[in-house]
Amino acid sequence: MLHTFVALVEDKPGVLTRVASLFRRLNINIVSLTVGHSERLGVSRMTIVCDASPTAGHRIAASLYKLENVLQVDDIGQLSHVARELALIKVAATPQTRSQVFELAEVFRARIVDLAPESLMIEITGVESKIEGLIQVLNENGDRILEISRTGRMVMRRGQHTSKVLEAMRVPGMETAEDLKAEESAEAPSDELMAEETGLRE
Amino acid sequence: MGTAKKGHSHSTQTGGAAKAPATGGTRLTGAEILWATLEGEGVDVVFGYPGGAILPAYDALRKFPIRHVLVRHEQGASHMADGYARASGKVGVAIATSGPGATNLVTGIATAMLDSVPMVCITGQVSSKVLGTDAFQEVDITGITLPLTKHNYLVTRAEEVAPVLRQAFMVARSGRPGPVLVDITKDAQQGSAEFNFVAAEPKPHRPHPMLKTESAATVQAAELIRSAKKPVILAGHGIIQSAAYAQVRTLAERMKIPVASTLLGLGAFPASHPLSLGMMGMHGEAWVNHAIQQSDLLIACGMRFDDRVTGSLATYAPNAKKIHMEVDPAEINKNVKADVALIGDLKEVLEALLPHLAPRADNGESAWLREIEASKGEVAVRDIKNLPDSGHLYAAHVMHDLWRATDGKAIVVTDVGQHQMWEAQYYKHDEPRTLITSGGLGTMGFALPAAIGAKIACPEKEVWVVAGDGGFQMTAAELSTAAQEDLDLKIAVVNNGYLGMVRQWQEFFYEKNYEASPLRSPDFVKLAEAHGIRGVAVHKRSEVLPAVAEARSHKGPFVINFQVEKEDSVYPMIPAGSALHEMIRRPNNPLVETAQDK
Repeated sequence: MLHTFVALVEDKPGVLTRVASLFRRLNINIVSLTVGHSERLGVSRMTIVCDASPTAGHRIAASLYKLENVLQVDDIGQLSHVARELALIKVAATPQTRSQVFELAEVFRARIVDLAPESLMIEITGVESKIEGLIQVLNENGDRILEISRTGRMVMRRGQHTSKVLEAMRVPGMETAEDLKAEESAEAPSDELMAEETGLRE
Repeated sequence: MGTAKKGHSHSTQTGGAAKAPATGGTRLTGAEILWATLEGEGVDVVFGYPGGAILPAYDALRKFPIRHVLVRHEQGASHMADGYARASGKVGVAIATSGPGATNLVTGIATAMLDSVPMVCITGQVSSKVLGTDAFQEVDITGITLPLTKHNYLVTRAEEVAPVLRQAFMVARSGRPGPVLVDITKDAQQGSAEFNFVAAEPKPHRPHPMLKTESAATVQAAELIRSAKKPVILAGHGIIQSAAYAQVRTLAERMKIPVASTLLGLGAFPASHPLSLGMMGMHGEAWVNHAIQQSDLLIACGMRFDDRVTGSLATYAPNAKKIHMEVDPAEINKNVKADVALIGDLKEVLEALLPHLAPRADNGESAWLREIEASKGEVAVRDIKNLPDSGHLYAAHVMHDLWRATDGKAIVVTDVGQHQMWEAQYYKHDEPRTLITSGGLGTMGFALPAAIGAKIACPEKEVWVVAGDGGFQMTAAELSTAAQEDLDLKIAVVNNGYLGMVRQWQEFFYEKNYEASPLRSPDFVKLAEAHGIRGVAVHKRSEVLPAVAEARSHKGPFVINFQVEKEDSVYPMIPAGSALHEMIRRPNNPLVETAQDK
């Protein structure tokens, strides 16, 4: 099954290798890995999606914490969260066939960000299934896809929850695991939001 | 060379007897800072081998009161640092140059990693300006050791030397200990910086965030222990790491719970204690594994359910609930599902648990202990040490006699293979840190260098190397080191002319196809003499005790070559992946006792 972890790590050379090497050593395939700056200077945020047995989550999180450069790990699991991915898709299209693609993009709330005589580029943001939906429709429509670039999943938990490490740095002894659990059950995701996230395929 | 002069004056200030580390803002070279920091961390001996990229450090060494032991191969340096750490509980330090010097350390680093031994390895590295250019003797040692160390560092500036080294010591010691490597470029050693030991103190170590035991779990564990009919304590290396000897003993005695030990747990609970069962697992005695299989509650203290301990996981202790006390959260539910996990330093965990346990009412022996005792009788008659002296010399005899001769008080450092298991079976360790052996990685060649480290850590203790003829030859060059340091080290080579454990597996599982396991060795007595070391050969059981006595009364290193039965096997044995009760037993009429052997 797919596991999603958010890890806050020190922004130093070699940290990405250490994290990636851990998964390699556990013989777990990383499905996607995104890294970028977090809200704190010197701290990077990674979202790691990997395919592992349902019980592997604890060991992965515990092992990540054993890396000296890892500050915080969050095993997202079933917790209420927002997940997004950005994709750039280049499609072969002439001035005559463009309008068809424009319409599809409109339906998927995607944007056209580049036009060339032979092709155009679509930018789409959403959960994976929404992006896959657009790709599928383009294929079914006979539009030739020339290039796809996807960022992989980024995840942020909903509501009050913020990075525990950063909380701890500001206010010592913040929330406990029990608080977090209570908070999660209090805010189940609404159906409309879920529908928006999963796009139009369903 | 103004900086060097300052460094010299620093050493005259602090050299000699007990000294405080330099705390002022003295300007020193990176090389001097390296030694000054080690001195501040309480290091008085390092094991190493010089070379181009570490020469600036070696050049500065004379200014500091640190003993350097010159090894014959860098693998020896990492094993010595390891043996030093295991014998003393302090952080061992190995030092090597870049490239081949660094890669030669790797086996010893992996050995320390798998057995959670605190160690700091320092390697020289090519200058930062040429990093990544395949410069002479350049190797990416931080890349190579990334999965073999707790953490590693590349230092490219003199300013970083002290803070990084201090951090390295903290990481090596803290939580579940382990090896740390610090790779220091040549220009970082040659450059200079302000040295302030106190200011270089690292931030306090962050405990593993998942390292907390809910009091509910402690209560639950106590409940399980109180209601158990057939409990067994599994005593691991963690008891020694946490120095939780008294707590484990209290738990066992108060609740009348028998104690089985892992290989690395031997000595954590006295072998002579009535509740001690002995070693569990692949070569554990039958009654130990029987007790575990019959148990209704396993109380794991600082052990990780290694495959050599559990055999087949599907059939492991099927009726037992498991309480897992462990400092590393990543070990919980890794191999065996824990019913209750008490995560934390073992001593603290047990101190929280013990107040919940009132002494058992039945003061005498419980039915469970009687059941275990009854299962011993049948096994004892098969024990080779109880067979009459047939003129043959068995390794088991050697271990048993060595134990008797040394009163069980020596530090024994074993290599890997049959002799290692015989030692574990027949040398009864009553004290912690008296058995030093490579358990997790199973590194042949470990014994001699690790024993050198142990002897240097504990000069007042009697230290014995017990090695096979195969493993001994892997690092026999360190005999020179023992001779040069004039160490009072006793070396027992258990020589059967085979890579014995390989031969045993071939006998049991590969239809006696003894491919590449027969082994021709040099005359170890002459080899010792070539090093200026005294040696004797022993062929009969009657010669064992006199030879051991001679070795003990001799000042300085001493080698005994025990020429033992060639095709003996370690019994009992649980084939890898089998259930703990599916063991191969020593035949009643030992196969080795044939006419051809006469």
